[in-house]
Amino acid sequence: MSTAATPPPGPPLWLLLELTYRCPLHCVFCYNPTDFARTGAELPTAEWLRVLGEARALGAVQLGLSGGEPLEREDLETIVAEAHRLGFYINLITSGVGLTAARIGALKRAGLDHIQLSFQDSTRELNDFLSSTRTFELKAKVAALIRAHGYPMVLNVVLHRLNIDHVGEILDMAERIGAQYVELANTQYYGWAWLNRQRLLPTRAQLERAEAVTQRFRERVGGSMQVYFVVPDYFERRPKACMGGLGSVFLGIAPDGTALPCHAARMLPDLDLPNVRSADIRSIWYDSPAFNHFRGEAWMKEPCRSCPERARDFGGCRCQAYLLTGDASNTDPVCDLSPHHHLVTAAVERAAQAAASAVPTEHVLVFRDHRISIEPDAGASG
Amino acid sequence: MTEPSASELTDTARPAIPHGMRLQWEEAQQAHVLLYPEGMVKLNGSAGAILSRCDGARTVREIVADLEQAYGAAGLAGDVLAFLRLALEKHWLELRA
Repeated sequence: MSTAATPPPGPPLWLLLELTYRCPLHCVFCYNPTDFARTGAELPTAEWLRVLGEARALGAVQLGLSGGEPLEREDLETIVAEAHRLGFYINLITSGVGLTAARIGALKRAGLDHIQLSFQDSTRELNDFLSSTRTFELKAKVAALIRAHGYPMVLNVVLHRLNIDHVGEILDMAERIGAQYVELANTQYYGWAWLNRQRLLPTRAQLERAEAVTQRFRERVGGSMQVYFVVPDYFERRPKACMGGLGSVFLGIAPDGTALPCHAARMLPDLDLPNVRSADIRSIWYDSPAFNHFRGEAWMKEPCRSCPERARDFGGCRCQAYLLTGDASNTDPVCDLSPHHHLVTAAVERAAQAAASAVPTEHVLVFRDHRISIEPDAGASG
Repeated sequence: MTEPSASELTDTARPAIPHGMRLQWEEAQQAHVLLYPEGMVKLNGSAGAILSRCDGARTVREIVADLEQAYGAAGLAGDVLAFLRLALEKHWLELRA
């Protein structure tokens, strides 16, 4: 067994508060847990403020406010004001639903630094279908409000098989509404997206076309817009350096107070996740077994354990290893050195076959839904 | 391309941290950090000393003079200008009229 000493962890520089699982949208690619409706009650305002103070004292400085839809929390302005007072740089990650002129004004006065607005697609029909709601025009209005309040216009569009062929229209739309940054983020397959994986995985040909369109767009607009294209890792041969290693810089807090070493960690059976209702942030970050479990390299199995690249990618994503192989300590099967890599290539292969068949997709997608989340059988039959 | 180029970095230019970014001292990291949407740069001592003087009011000449006085050194202009150019290229700074 490798006994290389693990250096003590640094502070949780990046704090993400998932303030609520409530959301007016029903996106098929949501990474929230599919059993979100069966988790505990949301933390009250005072608890969120305590979490902010304790995390800031440890050195947390980048703050993400997300969910669900964080605007569903009526105390969002109070939380932002306290975070600003403490010196956080505050990012709101929102669908824009509920962002009125009055609210964005109040958030700005409270000290909100940045807003990232998500779009599902460039066309009203697909935007509304994929989020199972009517929100496209509302989002265009919200984009104007964000600009009017002096925020940079930052768009996030989640890509998958059903919208990736529209990437040219998506970028044109982004240019029309004055976006300065656009993240074209291919779906990551956790939560609801995992349920829908075989309907959402793009084909390799789709991916290559989308990248070529993106590159042509970049050449046309030059420096006036920055476009990031995040390749889906199922098409890679080496895994992402997920979270820079678990327990390294990222601390997430779920709506019920569960502390998470990564967004999707709730699914990992090896981890007994602590809760901020019963422990302070310092003991959670430095002392809890859950946050120490995947620190360092002692947990690694072969081929990671003896791999020279383990210090660069930390073995990839623990949640992906668990979902695909049943063991979170395995090498992320995205890596072509993994003995399970065929599971990834087979999924891509099956998705390509499904894309070539003429099955109507509306009947097989599972939309994120409160009722299905409470009774899984209610929606799984489709 | 309408961005100010580093070649406009004259003695009388007034560099400033761009709107939407923030420079602050972080006790836990014992360093100045530059914060921007969903990201952060940890600055070394001299980078922090230079950027913390880029307030949009002081000119490049005044920033150099201030640093030379603070550190009791002469002839810093070359190093300071090289860093300001780099910071402009990385969009950590913009020039104010």
